[in-house]
Amino acid sequence: MISMNKVSKHFGTFQVLTDCTTQVHKGEVIVVCGPSGSGKSTLIKCVNGLEPFQSGEIIVNGVSVGDPKTNLSKLRSTVGMVFQNFELFPHMKIIDNLCIAQVKVLGRSLEQAREKGSKLLERVGLREQAEKFPGQLSGGQQQRVAIARALAMDPICMLFDEPTSALDPEMVNEVLDVMTELAQEGMTMMCVTHEMGFARRVASRVIFMDQGRIVEDDSKEAFFQNPRSERAQQFLAKILHH
Amino acid sequence: MAYNWNWGVFLQPTATGDDTYLGWMFYGFKMTIALSLSAWLIALAVGAVVGILRTVPNKLLAGIATAYVEVFRNIPLLVQLFLWYFVMPELLPEQLGNAFKQTNPILQQFLASMVCLALFTSARVAEQVRSGINSLPPGQKNAGLAMGFTLAQTYRHVLLPMAVRLIVPPLTSEFLNIFKNSAVCSTIGLLELAAQGRQLVDYTAQPYESFIAVTLAYLTINVVVMFGMRWVEARVRVPGYIGAK
Repeated sequence: MISMNKVSKHFGTFQVLTDCTTQVHKGEVIVVCGPSGSGKSTLIKCVNGLEPFQSGEIIVNGVSVGDPKTNLSKLRSTVGMVFQNFELFPHMKIIDNLCIAQVKVLGRSLEQAREKGSKLLERVGLREQAEKFPGQLSGGQQQRVAIARALAMDPICMLFDEPTSALDPEMVNEVLDVMTELAQEGMTMMCVTHEMGFARRVASRVIFMDQGRIVEDDSKEAFFQNPRSERAQQFLAKILHH
Repeated sequence: MAYNWNWGVFLQPTATGDDTYLGWMFYGFKMTIALSLSAWLIALAVGAVVGILRTVPNKLLAGIATAYVEVFRNIPLLVQLFLWYFVMPELLPEQLGNAFKQTNPILQQFLASMVCLALFTSARVAEQVRSGINSLPPGQKNAGLAMGFTLAQTYRHVLLPMAVRLIVPPLTSEFLNIFKNSAVCSTIGLLELAAQGRQLVDYTAQPYESFIAVTLAYLTINVVVMFGMRWVEARVRVPGYIGAK
């Protein structure tokens, strides 16, 4: 579904990504981890063209992201994305956050959109919050809304960019629960996260990045039991001891 | 101080006999309002476009917008007014310039003043629109784009609604400024509020009453604007967002 081939990116002389190559098949859940500044977020933003890259190729569902002829808006409407800081639209009610792109991008009627939106809110347990504004919700609730908003577009795959990093610890699980459920239903997902419990539960593969390179790309069992690179061993030792 | 206060002067017929002095003041008051409001509407429209262009990824468009802002905010308002009124008609194609010079002189003064105030203020509005857009978290734009919005849709539905809300307070200052700046237009002979005040002094020799009346008239306008904008601010307030109650 997503295939990356030797993707490289630099800001000026600073190399952010170097020859990143990987595949994500339908139904797979890929967890991307690594130290900060390793290029994880940049990599995931390249998938839907939010970050341009200079060389290499990314194919999403048969469409080349880097091709200047590609209609990026259309491609993005099929790829859901959830951000670290939720990025709900603060001036719209929750339900309108879920409806706006359905109506303006997919051309659904407002009625259809609201029905779909209500169902998804129900699913993330926030039906009662539909008429509130994002600023009136807790971080965990906002992130669940953000996931519902992405799902409202019926995406073929979902990208998560550190979805729990900005949350209070007690709200992390409500978001991970929604993500886990989604993974179990067979959604294709690419998640940048440090939640190794989540990775152990649902990941098909783990990608470990360091200094803009994909250092490990392996099944979760192999990654957690005996990571091959020294850098990954150090990383795991640091984040798993508690 | 031997000053002869005479508030009744406003009700006296003018020396030219066509009106009372209060009538003159009221004419100036109406002129100031018509000039400032029309200039403000143009300034908002032009300023919004220029401000948006300053934030777009296209370097050429952003550059043109930057140049526009720098030209109009770095030349003194009075110089700009003289340029529009005295120089611009000479630079226009001859026919158009002559047509302008043959219209009613009051209309000439009004149009030059309106364009001058509008474009001067638009540069300042543009800067506020730009700062409003730039003060939004960068993730908002990405969130809009990631949902499949085009760049234009992202501005329309995501960035501008919030940016406009954020800049209501500084825009209020700008709106107040345009009324105050309009006094400069008395220098090319437009009979707005300040000019009528001076004229009253010349005709009645009652400077205190005249300028107190002018002051109160400007104050009235600005109090109305202030309360109006406060109402707007409360209306567009986003529940749960910074600054909301």
